[in-house]
Amino acid sequence: MLARLWQSDGLWLFRRSPAALLAALVAVLMLGGAVLAPWLAPSNPYDLTTFDLFDGLLPPIWQGGDARFVLGTDDQGRDMVSAILYGARLSLLIGFSAMAIATVLGVSIGVAAGYWGGRFDAVVMRIADVQLALPAILTALLIDGIARGLLPREMHDDLRVSVLVLAIALSLWVNFARTARASTFVERRKDYVEAAIIMGQHPLRIMARHILPNILGPLLVIMTVDLAAAILLEATLSFLGIGLPADSPSLGTLIRIGMQFLLSGEWWILWMPTLFLVALVVSINLLGDFLRDVFNPRLR
Amino acid sequence: MLVVENLTVEFPGRHGVFTAVEGVSMTVAPGEIHGLVGESGAGKSTIGAAVIGLLQPPGRIAAGRLRLGQTDLRALSPAQAHRIRGKRISMIFQDPQTSLNPLMTIEDQLIETIVAHEDIGTAAARARAIALLEEIGIENAASRIGAFPHQFSGGMRQRVVIALALCTNPELIIADEPTTALDVAVQSQVLALLRRLADTRGIGFILITHDIGVIAQITDRVTVLRGGRVMEAGPTAQVLGRPGHPYTRALMAAVPRLDRRLERFLLPAVEGDAPVAVPVAGEAGADYAAEWLLSGLRHADAGPALEIDGLAVRFKGTRTSLFHAPPPYVALSDIRLTVQPGTVLGVVGESGSGKSTLARAIVGLVNPAAGEMRFGGAALPYGRVRGRRHPVRRAIQMVFQDPYSSLNSRHRIGDILAEPLMVYGIERDPAERRRIARAMLALVGLAPDAIERYPHQFSGGQRQRIAVARALLARPSFLICDEPTSALDVSIQAQVLNLLKDLQSRFGLTILFISHNLAVVRQMADDVVVLKAGRIVEAGPSEAFFAAPSHPYSVELLRLTPSLALLEGAA
Repeated sequence: MLARLWQSDGLWLFRRSPAALLAALVAVLMLGGAVLAPWLAPSNPYDLTTFDLFDGLLPPIWQGGDARFVLGTDDQGRDMVSAILYGARLSLLIGFSAMAIATVLGVSIGVAAGYWGGRFDAVVMRIADVQLALPAILTALLIDGIARGLLPREMHDDLRVSVLVLAIALSLWVNFARTARASTFVERRKDYVEAAIIMGQHPLRIMARHILPNILGPLLVIMTVDLAAAILLEATLSFLGIGLPADSPSLGTLIRIGMQFLLSGEWWILWMPTLFLVALVVSINLLGDFLRDVFNPRLR
Repeated sequence: MLVVENLTVEFPGRHGVFTAVEGVSMTVAPGEIHGLVGESGAGKSTIGAAVIGLLQPPGRIAAGRLRLGQTDLRALSPAQAHRIRGKRISMIFQDPQTSLNPLMTIEDQLIETIVAHEDIGTAAARARAIALLEEIGIENAASRIGAFPHQFSGGMRQRVVIALALCTNPELIIADEPTTALDVAVQSQVLALLRRLADTRGIGFILITHDIGVIAQITDRVTVLRGGRVMEAGPTAQVLGRPGHPYTRALMAAVPRLDRRLERFLLPAVEGDAPVAVPVAGEAGADYAAEWLLSGLRHADAGPALEIDGLAVRFKGTRTSLFHAPPPYVALSDIRLTVQPGTVLGVVGESGSGKSTLARAIVGLVNPAAGEMRFGGAALPYGRVRGRRHPVRRAIQMVFQDPYSSLNSRHRIGDILAEPLMVYGIERDPAERRRIARAMLALVGLAPDAIERYPHQFSGGQRQRIAVARALLARPSFLICDEPTSALDVSIQAQVLNLLKDLQSRFGLTILFISHNLAVVRQMADDVVVLKAGRIVEAGPSEAFFAAPSHPYSVELLRLTPSLALLEGAA
C-alpha cells in the first residue's frame, strides 16, 4: 500500500518539484513547532510568573542579546520564540477549524445545489453571492455583537475564539460551495451518476458515495488555499483588535503589539511574527498551487 | 511527393521510452488518397502529427526521413516549419465543433489564414474564400460567409474546415478521422468531396481512420498499422481484396457485415497476441454466475414485453423573446413499438433522431409529455413519479455508450458490481456478494481478480464488459444497450457483440439495441425500428428490412453506409 503510494504520479511529481518540497518542509516544520509548542518553547508566554520585566526589549542574539532569548524579547520580557510558537498554535487552530467548518458547510450546500439545480440552486447561490459581498470584518463584527448581546458577560472572553472561527468560516464557505457546485454540475451528467439514478439509489447516497469522491481534487486545492486565507484573515482581524485579546496572542495579535515598537528601534517584535506568518502562508499557498497542477493534467 | 522512410517516434516518460511509431515507411503521390487504418494505439495520428511537425511534447522523431518534394521536413527550423504548415501541408481535424473558432465568422477565419500565408489584400482574399466555399459545395457562399460556425450544420462545418485547409493551395492534406463525428449521409458527401479535390486539384491526402469501410470507399493505397508498425501496405483493392497479413484478415472479419447476418464474429488469433479472455465454459465461476442468473429468472414471470404507445417527449425550446414562451423542441412524437419477450429490437437513426431519448424515457431519466408505456402488462410510470423502489428499476437495466464515464472511477470494480446486489436487496451477505461478483466477471470473460482493481486499469472493451456484468447482476429481464460499441475498436466491438449475443441466447434476455450503425444492428436485431427526427419511419422484422427497406429514408441510409461488399465485388 505504502509502496504504491510512493509510486503514484502525484508523489513522483512532488519529488521532482523543488518548490513543493521546500514549501512542504517549511510548512511541516512550522506546523510541528506550533503543535509541540508546550514542549518545544523555552517558556510559556501565558504564564506571567515566568518572565521578568528586566529582560524586556532584549534584541535577537546576533545583535548582542541574551543567549536565553534567541529572537529577543518584547517589552514585558516575553521570549519571542515562545510567543511565536504559541501564537502560531492559536492561529493554526483557528485556521484549521474555520477551514473545516467552511468545507463541510460549503461542500454540502454546493453539491446539493449542483445535484438538484433549479430553484434550490438559484436561492442558495444568491445567498452565497450576498455573503461574498459582505467583508469578513463586517461578518466578524456582526457575530461578535450578536454573541455579546445574547450571552452573559463572563462568557465573553471564552467565546472570542469561537466567534473568530465562525466569522472566518462564514466568509470562506462560498468558495467551496461554488467549486463543489460547478464540479457536481459536470459529474451529474455523467453516465455513472445516471446509472445510480436509474437504480433508484437515494439522492444523498449518490451525492456522498458517487459524486463527492470524484470532485475531491479541486476541493483539496481550495482547502489548502483557504487554509492560508483563514490564517491571514485571523491575523487581520486580531491585528484590528476584533479578534483575540492581547493576553492570548495569536500571530495577528503579536503583529499588532509589534507595531507599537516599529519606530522605536525594537524591530524584532514586529518582524519576527510577521516573517513567520508570511513564510507559513506562502508555503501553504505553494502547496496548493502544486496540488492544482497535479489534479489538472492539462497544466503539466 | 511525400516520402516517409523508417519513421520512428518516441515518447520518453516516467516509465521509460514509449515507441509510438516504429520503422514506418510510406509515400503519397499528388492526387493520391493514402489511407492509414488501425485500431486505437496503432500510431495513425502520431504519424500525421510527425509529418506536419506538431508532435505533442515530449514526443520526438527518433529516426527516419521525412521529405516533402525537395524539402527535408526534419531539417527545418521551427520558424521554417511554421511557414510550411498551412502553406504546403494542411490538416483536417476530426471534430468540426472544436476545430473552428466559435467567436469568429467563417469569413474572418478564412481571410486570416489566406493573408497569413500570402501577400494579397483583404478584398482579394475574400473573393478567393468565396470561390473556395462555392467549390466545396456551400451554396450562396457570398452571403453565408459572414456567418458564425454555430450557424452551420455539422457537415457544413466540416466543409468549412476543409475550405480552411484548402485556402492556401497545399500540396498535402492530412485528414485525421474527418468523418467520424458525422452521420453516414454527411460522411459520404464529405468523402466524395475529398475524392473530388484529390482528382481535380492533384492534392495528396493522408486519410487517417479506424473505419475500413471509409478506406474501401475512397482510398487509392492503404497502410494497415498496429502497435506503431506497418502490418500490410499496398493498393487498397489488393490489400482489402486479398489481405495477405493475418491482422488485416482479422480486422476485416471483425467488421460487421451489412449484407448478411453472422451468428458469431470470427476472432482469428493474430500471432504474437496475448490470448483474449473469452468465457471458458468449464470454469466454475462462470457456471456459478449462470446458475445464479437462471435461478433468478425462473422466479420472474416468463418474459415481460415492453409496449410503447403514442410516446412523446418534448424539451423546453430556446427562448428568443422575453414575452413569449418558446415553442417546445419535439424530441420524440407518437412512438409506437413493442419489444417481444426474448427478442432484440434494433433502433437505428442518425444523431438527433431521438434514439437515446427513447432509452432515457424508458428508464425514467426524462419525463415523457404524453403516451403510455407498459412493461409485462403493467403500466410503467413516468420517470418523475416512478418510485425509487419500483420493481421495474431492477428488471430494466441499461448499458451506456461510453464505458469511460459509466463506471465510477473512484470505486473498485468489486464495489461497482456489488452495488446492484445491495441496492436491490438481492443479496444481503457481503461475502456472497463478492462471490457472485467474481463469478459474474468470469461469465463476461474477465479474470475474477479484477474485483480489486479500479476502472482506469482496464481498456474500453474490458470496461464495457464490466458495465454488462453490472447490468446482469440486477438479474434483469430487459436490457437497454445505448450504442454499446460505438466507442470501441472493431475487434473489441466484435467481442462485446459476441458476448451480448451469447448472453441473450443463454438467458433469453429481451434487448433494446440502439445504434447508428446499420451493420451492427443487422448482426444483433430480430426486429428493426428506424427513427428520423423523433418519428418512426419504418418498423419490421430485421431480415425483411435489410432485404427490402420500404421507406425512402431507410433505402438512403442503407445505400450510404460504407460497406466492404462493394470492394469484394470489384476484386
